[in-house]
Amino acid sequence: MRLTVNGTSHEVDVEADMPLLWVLRDELGLTGTKYGCGVASCGACTVHIDGVAVLSCQTAVGDVGAGAVTTIEGLGTPDALHAVQAAWIAHQVAQCGYCQSGQIMQAASLLAENPSPSDAEIDEAMDGNLCRCGTYPRIRAAVQTAARSLQGA
Amino acid sequence: MGRARTIARRTFLIGSAALLGGVAFGVYKVKTPYPNPLEDGLADGSATFNPWVLIDSEKVTLITPHADKGQGVASAQAALIAEELDIEFGQFEISFGAPAKAYYNTGMADEGVPFMASDESRMAETVRGLAGSAMKLVAMQMTGGSTTMPDSFDKLREAGAVARETLKAAAAQQSGVPVGQLKTARGAVILPDGSEIAYTALAATAAGIAPVTGVALRDPSAWRLIGKPMQRLDMVAKSTGTLGYGLDIRHEGMLFATIRRNPQKGGAMLSYNAAAAEGMAGVKKIVPLADGVAVVADNTWRAFQAADAITFDWGPAPYPPEQAAHWEAIAASFTEDRLDKTWRDDGDTGAALAAGTPFSAEYRAPYVAHQPLEPLNATILVTDERVDIWCGHQTISMIEGAVAAITGHDTSQVHFHNHFIGGSFGHWLELGFVEQAAEVANQMRGVPIKLTYSREEDFAQDFPRQPGIARGQGIVKDGHVEAVDLQIAMPSVLGSQMGRLGISIPGPDSQISAGAWNNPYALPNYRMRAYRVPELAPVSSWRSVGASANGFFFDSFLDELIHEAGADPMAERIRLMQHEVSRKVLEAVAEMSSWGGALAPGKGRGVAFVESFGVPVAEVVEVTDTEEGIRIDKVWVAADVGTVVDPVNFENLVQGGVIFGLGHAMNCEITYAGGAAEQVNFYDAEGMRFHQCPEIVVRGLENGHKVRGIGEPPVPPAAPALANAIFAATGQRLREMPFNKFVDFA
Repeated sequence: MRLTVNGTSHEVDVEADMPLLWVLRDELGLTGTKYGCGVASCGACTVHIDGVAVLSCQTAVGDVGAGAVTTIEGLGTPDALHAVQAAWIAHQVAQCGYCQSGQIMQAASLLAENPSPSDAEIDEAMDGNLCRCGTYPRIRAAVQTAARSLQGA
Repeated sequence: MGRARTIARRTFLIGSAALLGGVAFGVYKVKTPYPNPLEDGLADGSATFNPWVLIDSEKVTLITPHADKGQGVASAQAALIAEELDIEFGQFEISFGAPAKAYYNTGMADEGVPFMASDESRMAETVRGLAGSAMKLVAMQMTGGSTTMPDSFDKLREAGAVARETLKAAAAQQSGVPVGQLKTARGAVILPDGSEIAYTALAATAAGIAPVTGVALRDPSAWRLIGKPMQRLDMVAKSTGTLGYGLDIRHEGMLFATIRRNPQKGGAMLSYNAAAAEGMAGVKKIVPLADGVAVVADNTWRAFQAADAITFDWGPAPYPPEQAAHWEAIAASFTEDRLDKTWRDDGDTGAALAAGTPFSAEYRAPYVAHQPLEPLNATILVTDERVDIWCGHQTISMIEGAVAAITGHDTSQVHFHNHFIGGSFGHWLELGFVEQAAEVANQMRGVPIKLTYSREEDFAQDFPRQPGIARGQGIVKDGHVEAVDLQIAMPSVLGSQMGRLGISIPGPDSQISAGAWNNPYALPNYRMRAYRVPELAPVSSWRSVGASANGFFFDSFLDELIHEAGADPMAERIRLMQHEVSRKVLEAVAEMSSWGGALAPGKGRGVAFVESFGVPVAEVVEVTDTEEGIRIDKVWVAADVGTVVDPVNFENLVQGGVIFGLGHAMNCEITYAGGAAEQVNFYDAEGMRFHQCPEIVVRGLENGHKVRGIGEPPVPPAAPALANAIFAATGQRLREMPFNKFVDFA
């Protein structure tokens, strides 16, 4: 089947029920998207389909169809950062960093939908994204910074 | 601290075979440095001055051998070298280096000696010195116990200073300008005329010069980096999905494996049936192991699917199958024959209790899982000539030997390549998953094998934090706390964990008492007795180890007694605190939180103080009793690490430690049924999520004389501060974790 990821079309030969997560990681080598729980319990695998955050561990690749998949690698790069990534770096959010790809993808989706969320709205939107290191205070601050940055742009 | 000296003399018994070995080896061996591993195969024109600095004509590489599992020590180690080397972030690369005796951890010694951290007497320092010598002889390269900063702070600055002075000598030789007229900055030697010679341009000359030693370290007033906000080196990669964790390793021809082992940990595999798995898509090989089966496939998910299709007949665990029996075993251990050690016996506690009507309370701390977000994994390639291991790990010096024992290679043929780790909290100290990957890879020589635990398997095989019960009796008199008698019973985490590494630790286990015996309060009567429960389920160090439970026990009981005495929780702690550095921590958190001010209805505040890993930490938690349950509004934290290396990272780690301590105290336990952990994924044990996270205000103090680590110490005071706050708000005492068994949280 054909799959469009970060603007590139790929032919992948896998079962239709394989979760998108494992197609990205093991078949396409896009390892920025992380495996954490496999059961929609941590958010580490969050990617965008047509700009909306989805859990790639819960998305069968056969259901993606013509949807445009964006992963953390496609959101921005070290040389061309997305505003959310720039805010994450400015606030030095990460500790171990393993959940942060998912956090950033969730936050970018939130801000696309709600350009100036309140702290309560941030907490609600981000509640499915587990951070075992406890970087939540910095994530809150970084989302606010990114919101201001995106609105000013 | 005269009293502490008395205690130490009475209890002067080092529970460490390592120390005895050190004394026997004598001074010569202790003073001889280990060889520099960077000299192995050093290219022509490359210069290395010590095990931490490597310069060639292209680049400067700093070796940061302590494992980075999110605590930021890759950056922090580099900063210590760069401080004296006069090089800026962005001008060097970092490498974890290869395992080597030169990278042995000197910082592990302090935790093993029976002296309070606040005791800086000559006796205590002498024994710490001896223990440090022993650590060198053992040459354990290991990251843990919040020791990276204590181990590295002087050593790495000296490494930078030696490299700098040697580069200046090379520049003098190259330019003819006397060394005394040379300066250094931004990765270059600066000549009197202002022209610069980059360090990389000096490598070839420096390679022929003996390192300049005996260089004095700079005064703190001259520091450019230390103490100022830094930009951690891993932030860009971790914010763009470009940092390669162990799980992200890819090699040509690599296959993907997973494993199922007996969830009744330590039990046998009686039989298995893999017939259904063998024909499944992508499955390459089914590999039986001693107590489980690995599946090798061409994709991780296919390996997971096939492993799910295998049926097993498991033998029983060597521990009681049901949780209730674990609690019964602990409760039955407050006996003379299980007394591990009386860690403290100030005044005459027995007489004080007999003279009044003691107040009593009992506390419990459950098993808790580590479960960092990166699942256990290791990638290994075995060929007849060599073995390569790619993964993150904290017990660095033992990996190559453990794998060699499986593959039959000489240890010199086995090469471990360390990686950034996606969280640990003690989980990545264990060797098991690497050994299992090695068994699989050894049966498939020539093929790189990446073994990945599913989250469910990771939960099932986790060796959790040891559970414990504490019994307190106390006396209050004239509005003050007069006597505390605390008994703690728990299995030995050191015995369980070190036993798996094949290391026998004789003597008492300091982690049964850590966080409870070593608080620097001057109570008129204080007795603390530790009881060793016979091994139950296997357990392992969990962020802050013994103090994570014992801090809750001691501080909660102290708070109850202060309440019984009718005293103010903050004022009484400050009154009792005899150690100045610790008292200032309490005073700081009182000032930060405006302790004593009026609170709105439904609100309550609790304070707790625990010293662990030499770091005194005080926390104030404020909660509101809402219709939806208890909501944590705000936390104030003060901690003293002697020197704050990077205030930004310091704040992040303290906030994270508080969240870790609160989240697990509120929401998490591991319980056993049928010999297996009942909690199977994050929905059963998630720590804290966003909506429960309070604002956390942090202050780092620098009154202590020694540089300490901050990874673990913020955890222990969080649970008692929260319990004390809930009591203040509701009148309900919480004496058992997790608290959500007794109250709802909003």
